[in-house]
Amino acid sequence: MENDLHIDQHISQRFNEELEDLRSKVLEMGGLVEQQVMDGTDALVNGDAELGAKVVERDTQVNAMEVAMDESCVEIIARRQPTASDLRLIVSIIKTITDLERIGDQAEKLGAFAVQLSDKGVSADKYSNLENISSKALAVLRKALDAFARMDHEAALEAAKMDEKVDQEYEAILRQVMTYMMEDPREIKKAMRVLWAARALERIGDHAKNISEYVVYLVKGKDIRHLDSLPEAKSL
Amino acid sequence: MSNNTDQQNTDLDQLVGETTGTPFLPDEKVKMSARNVDVFYADKQAIFDNSLDIGKNEVLAMIGPSGCGKSTFLRTLNRMNDTIPICRITGEIKLDDENIYGKDIDPVLLRARVGMVFQKPNPFPKSIYDNVAYGPRLHGLARNKADLDEIVVTSLKRAGLFDEVKDRLDASGTGLSGGQQQRLCIARTIAVSPEVILMDEPASALDPIATAIIEELIDELRQNFTIAIVTHSMQQAARVSQRTAYFHLGKLVEVGETNQIFTNPAHQLTENYITGRFG
Repeated sequence: MENDLHIDQHISQRFNEELEDLRSKVLEMGGLVEQQVMDGTDALVNGDAELGAKVVERDTQVNAMEVAMDESCVEIIARRQPTASDLRLIVSIIKTITDLERIGDQAEKLGAFAVQLSDKGVSADKYSNLENISSKALAVLRKALDAFARMDHEAALEAAKMDEKVDQEYEAILRQVMTYMMEDPREIKKAMRVLWAARALERIGDHAKNISEYVVYLVKGKDIRHLDSLPEAKSL
Repeated sequence: MSNNTDQQNTDLDQLVGETTGTPFLPDEKVKMSARNVDVFYADKQAIFDNSLDIGKNEVLAMIGPSGCGKSTFLRTLNRMNDTIPICRITGEIKLDDENIYGKDIDPVLLRARVGMVFQKPNPFPKSIYDNVAYGPRLHGLARNKADLDEIVVTSLKRAGLFDEVKDRLDASGTGLSGGQQQRLCIARTIAVSPEVILMDEPASALDPIATAIIEELIDELRQNFTIAIVTHSMQQAARVSQRTAYFHLGKLVEVGETNQIFTNPAHQLTENYITGRFG
């Protein structure tokens, strides 16, 4: 079967509209969450408390979108009893928005760290190396959302693979931070903050990877989660 | 075969190709098997080269749009099409290892082994008791009155109707509600101890409660019988069957585990049908 799921070809025009609406809302939520991660990182790296506060405030929008979309999905299940690719689309959306919401929570954490740090007058110089892991995590997220938009399972598999780079970057930061701590125990508190922020970004990569896995399920009907060597994924 | 039919065959081959999925089962699981079955009404072909196994103690659902041949195919399984003079069947259909179109097969006895329940409940204008006793009497299955009573009560119990009618077995079968009448017809069918039960949209004339009762009954009957059910309700197929077969323009398009058919069908035509898309 070709990858295009033809969600606009139901006999019921109304159903076409409902699914298309839902799909574009996921992308809208994805765009907002992506902005949150960028702003959260910027706020932290540049010590921008104002931007940090904005990120924290905007998280309520992300949460509201999740709730609204969950409701739409439940309504479609109740009224349409979707099957086959329609069912997989609804299930993937329910799961995707959960992960997007959690990415939003991690971005909120970054914003909150930025606020706390500037309150304490701590310089942001130690946070510059977070830019790297942030851009890698964002790359996974963008690729996963792009794969969802185009229903492209190959792009989704690439996104899942890209998360390894985020994990490696996190390991590198961990080693670096431990070195700081050993060199100067007075720096432990500050170093821990860097580590928490890095951890938040690493989790963002994991959630983005989850989303890419849902895309593979959506397009191919195959569940590739928790397959270490991904032999089944390779066979797709 | 007319040129018209040849053309239809070529078009279908391009559209559908070989049946997708798992039409065949391991030998030890097979109850009925159809091979290369064609059905013609006069010179019009209704079924095109279909092969399919029906497993022991399984519920096989057959779905597809109106005129796709699912009912025609179902009716070949107990030679109900014999009653239509212009109907002609080629290919082979076996019950266990016996060709049911063989010369020495008596269709009446065959239909006792492969029973049928129809869309519209059709009890005889007789008492509830006599409706169920009709088949056993015809086939001489009871040696005496006590035997017959036993068969009637057991059949009504298995059909989940006994408790509702036990005080009025002499009342007319036609006086029951639609759902009860359908269960009476199921009791009548199982009274002759068939091996296979064919159901042609058994719940389409019933309300949701009566439908749920029939579906629950189908699930219980599966312990003792093999069941093939034609239904227009996809949710019903999804609820009651272990395997689902999708027919399109007289061709068996895809057969598979019901879970797979409803979550990830392999053929685009199946997908289009069950998701309500233009196909």
